[in-house]
Amino acid sequence: MITVNNLHKHFGELKVLNGIDQHISPGEKVVIIGPSGSGKSTFLRCLNLLEKPTGGQIFFEGTEITAPKADIDALRRRMGMVFQQFNLFPHLSVMDNITLAPITHKLLTKAQAQERAMELLNRVGLPEKANAFPKQLSGGQQQRIAIVRALAMNPDVMLFDEPTSALDPEMVGEVLEVMKALALDGMTMVVVTHEMGFAKEVGDRVLFMDAGVVLEEGTPSAIFENAQNPRTQDFLRKVL
Amino acid sequence: MLSTLMLSSAQAASVNQFDQWWLLIKDKAIAGDLNFWENLYKEIYQNVLFNNRWQNYLRGLGITLEVSFFAALFGLALGMLLAMMRLSGVKPLEKIAGIYIGVIRGTPMLLQVLIINFGLFGSIAIDRVIIGVIACGINSAAYVSEIIRSGILSVDKGQTEAGRSLGLSPWQTMRLIIFPQALKTALPALCNEFITLIKETSILAYIALTELTKAGDYIRSKTYSAFTPYIVSGILYLIVTGVLTHLLGKLERRLRQGDNR
Ligand SMILES: Nc1ncnc2c1ncn2[C@@H]1O[C@H](COP(=O)(O)OP(=O)(O)OP(=O)(O)O)[C@@H](O)[C@H]1O
Ligand SMILES: [Mg+2]
Repeated sequence: MITVNNLHKHFGELKVLNGIDQHISPGEKVVIIGPSGSGKSTFLRCLNLLEKPTGGQIFFEGTEITAPKADIDALRRRMGMVFQQFNLFPHLSVMDNITLAPITHKLLTKAQAQERAMELLNRVGLPEKANAFPKQLSGGQQQRIAIVRALAMNPDVMLFDEPTSALDPEMVGEVLEVMKALALDGMTMVVVTHEMGFAKEVGDRVLFMDAGVVLEEGTPSAIFENAQNPRTQDFLRKVL
Repeated sequence: MLSTLMLSSAQAASVNQFDQWWLLIKDKAIAGDLNFWENLYKEIYQNVLFNNRWQNYLRGLGITLEVSFFAALFGLALGMLLAMMRLSGVKPLEKIAGIYIGVIRGTPMLLQVLIINFGLFGSIAIDRVIIGVIACGINSAAYVSEIIRSGILSVDKGQTEAGRSLGLSPWQTMRLIIFPQALKTALPALCNEFITLIKETSILAYIALTELTKAGDYIRSKTYSAFTPYIVSGILYLIVTGVLTHLLGKLERRLRQGDNR
């Protein structure tokens, strides 16, 4: 579904990604771990071109999205993204946050979009918040709404960049539950996280990134119980 | 003396009544033999009441408000356009907008008005109100654009990223997500700019537009009173700006409360 060839990203002199090759299959759950500054977010943001790669290619569902003429907006409609800081639209109600994109893209009528939004809100246990504004919600609720907002576009892939890192500890669980349910539904997911429990439980494959490359990858058990690279071992000793 | 007169005829304060009071003190006025209250009445009579002169001020106020309102609309539209140009990332557009703003903010408004009046419209018969709207709008746009630009820049970068990640185009993201938030932040400053604009339209007196300042000046030319006509104009400006400033204060308080929405 996503193929990445020799991906490079430099910010001026700073070389953040130094040649990443990856293939992500439909339905796969890929979890990315690694120390701060290793390029995890940058890699994820390259996948939907929020960052423009400085080298290499990315293919999504058969089209090269790094080609100069690629329709970036069309690509992004099929790739949902969830941010560490939620980034809900504060001037819009929860309902309008969710329906804005499908209505603007004329994928659904307003009534259809609202019906679909209520369906999704029910799935994350927040139907009564449809008319609330983001600032009236807790962090955990905001993040669940942000997930719903992305899902409302019916994406083929969901990208998560540390979705629980900005949350108070007691709210981490409710967001992870939603993500687990999504995984069970068969969604293709790429998740940057420090939640090792989630990685073990949900991940099909874990990537350990360091200094802009994928240093080691494998099944959760291969990485967490039997890491080969000393850097991986060192990192896991610190976080586990 | 005046107060007893007022009491005795309080039921019908028509212009005729004012004229009668005037006749009573007229001889003393000619002799230069008035006390303070009589002097005040003389000034008000000559500069406001006589010949329905108060209508001149009100007409002037009407023109001031008319010019300010349309200049504000024009300035807002042009200011938004300039702000977009400055943030467009397209170098020539950024340059053009930057030069425009620099020139307007770096030269006196009076000079701009004179250039537009005599330079651009010197040979064309066109309503002075329209010239005033254009001149003040062109000036205001430069300030409005800076207010809006800083409003746009104050919106968190994550908002743009969230919009774009949903597949919205840059323009859709600007229109549906960034702009509404920027406008809310900029609203108090924009209202302030409007209040400033109302006062600055007085410069149009220079091109003989009979707005409120020119109206006062016209009365002075009839009565030769040094102060009173200008003070009457000033009071009318104060009423308008005072009311607007009060409303602005209310708006700011509401926006601050609404922040916790
Ligand atoms: N827009 C940018 N301009 C310049 N440097 C950047 C930019 N974005 C990221 N970087 C740098 O790139 C490096 C990698 O950043 P990135 O956010 O990808 O790391 P990360 O692995 O996600 O770290 P964390 O766990 O702290 O989120 C960092 O040194 C960061 O300072
Ligand atoms: Mg990161």
